[in-house]
Amino acid sequence: MRAPLNTSSAPAEPTGPMIAMTNVSKWYGDFKVLTNCTTSVNKGEVVVVCGPSGSGKSTLIKCVNALEPFQEGQVVVDGTPVRDKRTNLPKLRARVGMVFQHFELFPHLSIAENLTLAQVMVLGRDRGAALDSGMTLLDRVGLSAHAKKFPGQLSGGQQQRVAIARALAMNPIVMLFDEPTSALDPEMVGEVLDVMVQLAREGMTMMCVTHEMGFARKVANRVIFMDKGEIVEDATKDDFFGHARSERAQNFLSKILQH
Amino acid sequence: MNYNWNWGIFFEASPEGTGTYADMLLSGLTWTIVTALCSWVIAFLLGSLVGVMRTLPNRAANAVGTTYVELFRNIPLLVQMFLWYFVLPEVLPEQWGSWLKQLPNAPFYTAVVCLGFFTASRVAEQVRAGIQSLPRGQKMAGTALGLTVGQTYRHVLLPNAYRIILPPLTSEFLNNLKNTSVALTIGLLELTARARAMQEFSFQVFEAFTAATILYVIINVVVIFISSWIERRVAIPGSR
Ligand SMILES: Nc1ncnc2c1ncn2[C@@H]1O[C@H](COP(=O)(O)OP(=O)(O)OP(=O)(O)O)[C@@H](O)[C@H]1O
Ligand SMILES: [Mg+2]
Repeated sequence: MRAPLNTSSAPAEPTGPMIAMTNVSKWYGDFKVLTNCTTSVNKGEVVVVCGPSGSGKSTLIKCVNALEPFQEGQVVVDGTPVRDKRTNLPKLRARVGMVFQHFELFPHLSIAENLTLAQVMVLGRDRGAALDSGMTLLDRVGLSAHAKKFPGQLSGGQQQRVAIARALAMNPIVMLFDEPTSALDPEMVGEVLDVMVQLAREGMTMMCVTHEMGFARKVANRVIFMDKGEIVEDATKDDFFGHARSERAQNFLSKILQH
Repeated sequence: MNYNWNWGIFFEASPEGTGTYADMLLSGLTWTIVTALCSWVIAFLLGSLVGVMRTLPNRAANAVGTTYVELFRNIPLLVQMFLWYFVLPEVLPEQWGSWLKQLPNAPFYTAVVCLGFFTASRVAEQVRAGIQSLPRGQKMAGTALGLTVGQTYRHVLLPNAYRIILPPLTSEFLNNLKNTSVALTIGLLELTARARAMQEFSFQVFEAFTAATILYVIINVVVIFISSWIERRVAIPGSR
């Protein structure tokens, strides 16, 4: 049995949802990318976000840690409003882990340095402690032999596992994933999904943009379906994969499940 | 052509009484190198700052950066040299102006500042291009980890951007080195000025400028050698 991935010491008592999103709207100039998006993610929940390309999934998830500013509505993460001048955004972001489609490891830093940079710079940990926790997480994603290598020397699947470890090294209270497997060669998708499944089973709160419906079936509590910037469907996993769903979602599902 | 070749001229005493013509050229070479290095420090630091400003998500910073680049890149270097040397002391408050005029080595300080500010505008463009050539996700990844804008630039964006722009930065360095010769117009006794003086004293124009040319070529070769050594030193394992 593997040791747990999640070493976060988040408070245990359920004090409202981890992420509460109310009527979020966002424009790029005249183009409305998000329209009145309202949803929430409770502690320990895994929510999968899917929808056609350009429907606003990435934009929605980036509103959670204010990587994308939005003009209307509010997102509250663990009680902290994101769209509020008084909020210390770097501090909030440090507690929200994020994994990107293209990994975005820092190419000039070794794997070990990738894992420790933000721990030292943001959390103020000393180098030794940062390296310890980095190495522990690297071991748990099965890559401890690669600490001294550079990102360019790893396969895509390995890089993405490092990216997950890098996010976990900050002891996040919630993890965001933006299509973490869609830039990977098919034979590497499994190794990344395995890590994500393990994380979900350990009780990590997760919001995942993904089209991996197998993953959704396995660990998701809810599935959100987006189209044209709107949340069209926000259903429990069973409802979503069962019968009650909109025509648009049905169309979409039939397309992606064919492959 | 009726020309008296005399390659031994370099070992003859110059009329300045401070040594041979060779010594004269070497002192010019020293001033060229020192001026190039000092102005490069300004160009690199100021250019990086201005280049970064042009990439920040802040309109005021963009505007300042753009104005700087357009101003200093588009006024001819010779004009800038005259502005710093002849015009600035006149438009400053009287005390400052006369302090500037009495400064020992005023041509040197002026040349360093003028070249530094001019080359900074060119370095800024390279730095901006380097940062903008990085994947957008790099900045996002830094931000998402909780790094501040400054930390993201310092630890993520700039180290990668500098690696990418090392070749064009080398050529800017060489341009800056060549541009030091413009400072002869304000009386800096750099290599070209010394070669010209040698020609005027001795009438050995070919020997004087052949020597100057060879010295410039040697510095170029050395700079290119150093640059490729740096490039190898900072190469990232596993990339390309
Ligand atoms: N910086 C931007 N400026 C203008 N429009 C943008 C910008 N970023 C995204 N968009 C537009 O916003 C819409 C939503 O983009 P988003 O990336 O959120 O979609 P997505 O659902 O993640 O799509 P994909 O599955 O392709 O990743 C798209 O139509 C896109 O073209
Ligand atoms: Mg997307």
